[in-house]
Amino acid sequence: MSKTAIAYTVSIATLLVAIWLGVSIGTVKIPIETLWNDADATASNILWKIRMPRVLLAGIVGASLAISGAAFQGLLKNPLADPYTLGVSSGASVGAVITLFFGISLPFLGAFTLPVFSMVGAAATMFLVIGFARLVDRSMKMETIILTGIIFGSFLGSVLSLMIALTQEELRQIIGWLLGSVSMRGWKYITMVLPFFIIGSFILWLNRRELNAMLFGEERAHHLGVNVKRRKMMILIGGSVLTGSAVAVSGTIGFVGLVVPHMTRLMWGSDHRHVLPLSLFNGASLLIICDLVARTIISPAELPVGVITAFIGAPVFAYIFYKQRRKGAM
Amino acid sequence: MLQVDEVSGGYGKEPVVRGVSFHVEKGEVLGILGPNGSGKSTLLKIISGILPKQGGKVTIDGKSASAYTQKQFARKVAVLPQLHAHAFSHSVKDTVGLGRYPHQTGLFSSWSDQDELAVQEAMNYTGITRYEDTPIELLSGGEQQRVFVAQALAQEAPILLLDEPTNHLDIAHQQQLLDTIRNQAHQKGITVVSVFHDINLAALYCDRLLLMKNGEVAAIGTPQEVVLEQEIRSVYEARVKTQPHPEMPKPQMTLLPDLKEETEQFRIMKEDVKIREDHVVLQAQQPLKTISSAVHNAGMGWYRTFINRGVRHDYHCDDVQSELADYLLSYDYQLTDTVAMMTAVSPEYVNVQEFKAEFGSIVIAVTVGIGNAVDVSKAWQREELPYIGTINTWIFINGLLSEEAFVQAMITATEAKTKALQDEEVIDPESKTIATGTSTDSLLIASTQQGASLPYAGPITQLGKLIGRGVYECTVHAIHSYRQAKDEVE
Repeated sequence: MSKTAIAYTVSIATLLVAIWLGVSIGTVKIPIETLWNDADATASNILWKIRMPRVLLAGIVGASLAISGAAFQGLLKNPLADPYTLGVSSGASVGAVITLFFGISLPFLGAFTLPVFSMVGAAATMFLVIGFARLVDRSMKMETIILTGIIFGSFLGSVLSLMIALTQEELRQIIGWLLGSVSMRGWKYITMVLPFFIIGSFILWLNRRELNAMLFGEERAHHLGVNVKRRKMMILIGGSVLTGSAVAVSGTIGFVGLVVPHMTRLMWGSDHRHVLPLSLFNGASLLIICDLVARTIISPAELPVGVITAFIGAPVFAYIFYKQRRKGAM
Repeated sequence: MLQVDEVSGGYGKEPVVRGVSFHVEKGEVLGILGPNGSGKSTLLKIISGILPKQGGKVTIDGKSASAYTQKQFARKVAVLPQLHAHAFSHSVKDTVGLGRYPHQTGLFSSWSDQDELAVQEAMNYTGITRYEDTPIELLSGGEQQRVFVAQALAQEAPILLLDEPTNHLDIAHQQQLLDTIRNQAHQKGITVVSVFHDINLAALYCDRLLLMKNGEVAAIGTPQEVVLEQEIRSVYEARVKTQPHPEMPKPQMTLLPDLKEETEQFRIMKEDVKIREDHVVLQAQQPLKTISSAVHNAGMGWYRTFINRGVRHDYHCDDVQSELADYLLSYDYQLTDTVAMMTAVSPEYVNVQEFKAEFGSIVIAVTVGIGNAVDVSKAWQREELPYIGTINTWIFINGLLSEEAFVQAMITATEAKTKALQDEEVIDPESKTIATGTSTDSLLIASTQQGASLPYAGPITQLGKLIGRGVYECTVHAIHSYRQAKDEVE
């Protein structure tokens, strides 16, 4: 079996195991046969109404964040880039909170108003961060981009705080949402996020070879025949669609987009033809497991899943940064 | 193949490149040279479409460059970048495979046999096949650059643009890389345009050179037409001298440093020539510019120690060079610093004299063995047997000689030697006519390159007169010593 075949087999198997664990473990243990045998009405209810949508949503959000993280990293040639470190998640949050705050519901968009605003926020932040980083330092060094992301992220964070301070009755809803969670969302959220997930992933997948070329720099990619301007725009939009829709349904969940692509590259190499789909599977698995831990570790209470991901993600971030700097120093 | 007409452009409002025109034929290698900031890299970036042009026209294969889509353009033009670091690792084969990007079209475009073939061929050609699964960052700089050459070759474009491709490479890798590119250009008819930093490398590997100054073309033509002392001096504002390459009809240039150090004045005198047990030696304080037909370190160079070794009549050796080197080492003479000749005459028969004129002085040392005397005009009648006997002539000049003067000094010395043999009636034993020399004569001219400038050394000049008279007198004396010694033996 080739290395690639092993990579896909392992990743998909891990995802299936993660789904099974996520569905069966909890305050009530659900046996696996409930899936096809609805003799136990309570178990069946918990499975289909609560656990399954939660697990699937965690999977979709994790997959979205991981694949867009992989794409941002490739595009910016920056292993520390992800929707969270770039401030894109914060932008998406601002978009979403504005919708909640003003109670906006645009005609035609209806239930999609929130994710669409969230995506617009994500895209706007992305372009601002990259534009500002380029203004500061034409060569767009790794640190420049991350620092710019932090600047924009903090600014947008304070905008959020301001809006929360001005809110009264919506307060709890917004804060709960901001902490990042996939609980109690139901099937409605899945149907809302799924089309954006498919479109965004497909856009990024279309650019898998272009991302490989861009790892050698935009100039090199240009020489290899890549229409850099158009492709870059496509990748930024694809990444923003995924980040925006993920944030819209689950709030800001950090570091999934950083950890997953990094681990995937470490294990299977950095060819984007495989990094993108593998990150998708592994991101889904990771967030399902993290969510499982978040809701069981201090049961009956629940931790926001963002706490768990940050707990894993921050050390990994530090490790990558250390390794990159050491590499640069040599 | 590639036609550039009146192209201008650059980064800001003020164009860096101004009205540059040239064309390159299929299979031709054009080098772009120029000082830092002369616009050579900018020109390349305008041609490859990285920078927009503000005026002019680039035509590729008969079609305007702007009429191509990005992918079509990449199928016509491949670019080899300067070496730089990468944040992520790719295997060698994946990196080379990216060169096939412009040939892959459609949504699910898969890897075709033709893609695989082109990649394998490019890797074989650059000798990186054995690394194909290695991540590129584990390779050395030279090997990495070969991977990118392979990537550009896999692109199978008829035009290859290079921007200082040998930057940061050691000389072995520089040679390897440029040999590869040059050979590809000639075998496959690839048109190459390359920016060079090193004038000598460019002159060696390019069919034509384009010299840029302040964004404009200062000169264009063959290396012989462009690498001229005047041209380089005015464009680079550096003092240089050009010389021919030892193996190829290409010019090479050397910097003439402008050092403020005081050089110590010295003179060669008669007393500097010392007679040892089995050789004559002169050791100068500083290296002398030397031209000779010696056994060890013949040709042109700078040397401090000069040896004329006397060997026995029955000396026989298959590898004279290494035997002589061992001999020099046994006396602690440095091989790199020493010119050495051999004679069958005992060192005490050397004739050394000093001659003075207004410009300065010369020292001449001659050993003569004429058992092997030959009339050069009859030499074609002789059978080549291992004859014993040779005339070794040393001329040390306290002065600053031009290259012409070295050549003229050699002519003058040879004529004087022949005249001495004639007056002494030295006979070629085979033809019974007057001999002109022996069949193994050696001549050495060495000068201090200090003091009076001596541009010529023919008999019309003071130096020529001195050499003529000196060599004649020394040779006559040496012939007398030789005959005397022979009489004593008999």
